[in-house]
Amino acid sequence: MITEKDVQDLANLSRIKLSPNETQALMKEIGSILTYVDEIKKAPVGDAEMSQQASVGVIRNVTRDDISRDISSETREAILNAAPDREGDFVAVKRILS
Amino acid sequence: MKKIDIAQLTIQKAHDAMKSGDFTAVDLATVYLENIKKLDSEIHAYLEVFTDVIEQAEAADARFKDGTATLLTGIPCAVKDNILIRGRISSCASKMLEKYVATYDATAISKLRAEGVVFIGRTNMDEFAMGGSTENSAFGVTKNPHDVSRVPGGTSGGSAAAIAANMALISLGSDTGGSIRQPSAFCGVVGLKPTYGSVSRYGLTAAVSSLDQIGPITRTVADAEILFNAIRGKDVMDGTTISETTYGEKSASKNAKLTIGIPRAFMKLGGISPAVQDAFAAAELRFKKLGYTIVDVDLPNNAFALPVYYIINFAEVSSNLSRFDGVRYGFHKDGTTGVEDYFESRAEGFGREARRRILLGTYVLSSGYYDAYYNRANALRRLITGDFNTAFKKVDILMTPTAPSPAFKIGEKVSDPVAMYLEDIFTVTANLTGLPAMSIPAGMTQVDATGNPSIPLAVQLTASHGAEKVLFQAGKDFLGE
Repeated sequence: MITEKDVQDLANLSRIKLSPNETQALMKEIGSILTYVDEIKKAPVGDAEMSQQASVGVIRNVTRDDISRDISSETREAILNAAPDREGDFVAVKRILS
Repeated sequence: MKKIDIAQLTIQKAHDAMKSGDFTAVDLATVYLENIKKLDSEIHAYLEVFTDVIEQAEAADARFKDGTATLLTGIPCAVKDNILIRGRISSCASKMLEKYVATYDATAISKLRAEGVVFIGRTNMDEFAMGGSTENSAFGVTKNPHDVSRVPGGTSGGSAAAIAANMALISLGSDTGGSIRQPSAFCGVVGLKPTYGSVSRYGLTAAVSSLDQIGPITRTVADAEILFNAIRGKDVMDGTTISETTYGEKSASKNAKLTIGIPRAFMKLGGISPAVQDAFAAAELRFKKLGYTIVDVDLPNNAFALPVYYIINFAEVSSNLSRFDGVRYGFHKDGTTGVEDYFESRAEGFGREARRRILLGTYVLSSGYYDAYYNRANALRRLITGDFNTAFKKVDILMTPTAPSPAFKIGEKVSDPVAMYLEDIFTVTANLTGLPAMSIPAGMTQVDATGNPSIPLAVQLTASHGAEKVLFQAGKDFLGE
């Protein structure tokens, strides 16, 4: 069972603020979703299956040259301007040490 | 203005007409823009119609004049809102990225741009590609053009509705667990989820990196094939991309008698509606008449596919969405401290389903549950893939319905996440295994009392890795193209 505290802990780890109402709603919803995905506990999976690496499709080596790409000053400006707060060529954030 | 019958138009027909001078790319774009003006205030397939469509079409016309036009030059294309177009907003239908302007083209876009495709606008979707109805958009619901009281499917609902309502000739969607195929089924159009890695994901905002693929939504199989061939290919910017030879050349000769496998035991789990059952039986019969051999196949681990899919989905979504912190780009809301900025920005920037999946992903990846959920899901993912690979030693194609029921009513499943997830039962396996799968129209049904409009039905064909050509051949046979 998922408790209110579990939901609050998950929200803290996820850096998402939850209202008391949403915490209650999520407790129910997450509970029913976990009950549903718990189906996989019935699956015949042994140690051998669990020890293999995950992959999608064929495994192959992928390499590319280690070269830097030129970014135009216009693109650089656009990226910096996308920041909610900017000071000169820096992205500005609140002070983290007091 | 030229009269153009856009309801019957294909890429080839449009190309021939523009080449012979029957109409120009500007004429064609104008017809689509008029149609959008007429229909989209109700359908809401587009989040934005670009203001430079006519300029793009003029550039395409210039290529017809100077002889550099290709098959896709001047073809009007709608683009899902999670695929980046340089200088354009790409919001993923989220408040988080409402004002985000892309600084580069996705590889699929730059390939189409090089061909002179005309980008009409960006289409609505479920926020960050999570949902099955396009009701999770932060910017309003898209309606099914066949019956506006119903959903268009999702998450690429806008791209599918735009094709069904003739508001673009072709469109791009993305498919994480059925997000191209299910809306294509609901809207009565063709949708292809290519082999994992065949289309670059560079510039596609990641939802579930090991499942996501960009693919075409079109009205004909031939158009899907043209668009797929234009966007596919190895890309140095996406290490998971494959070349045409990665899985060996796979094609079906025109006269080959193909074998279709039907996983009947698995289909019994799907809660298939009577209308879909009838359409499926009719499709089976049609393939038999066309000379295809039909056999039963067993996919024993498929029973676990949907929970496996959702565990992997939650896990990867929670990781991929962690980059949205309200600091470098995207929505920002002030808290009293730097850390609180994150909490406030993410609470308000993400919609309900995104928040729910981030929490669920955090849960299944937490140290106490990692083995029980995430690792176990990955082990099952391998077993499921093994079942499919075994089946493809016997058959060329697997056929199921695309979705268990036709398009449902707007609001019907919004309050029950598990009911919404069950919509994906037949589509998620192609993503888990990386196999190519295509939804093709298979008739219409009148869902309730007479007087209501008919809505589309569909079947889904899945082929082995890299065997899109087999899907195109069977799809063309089936639709008589």
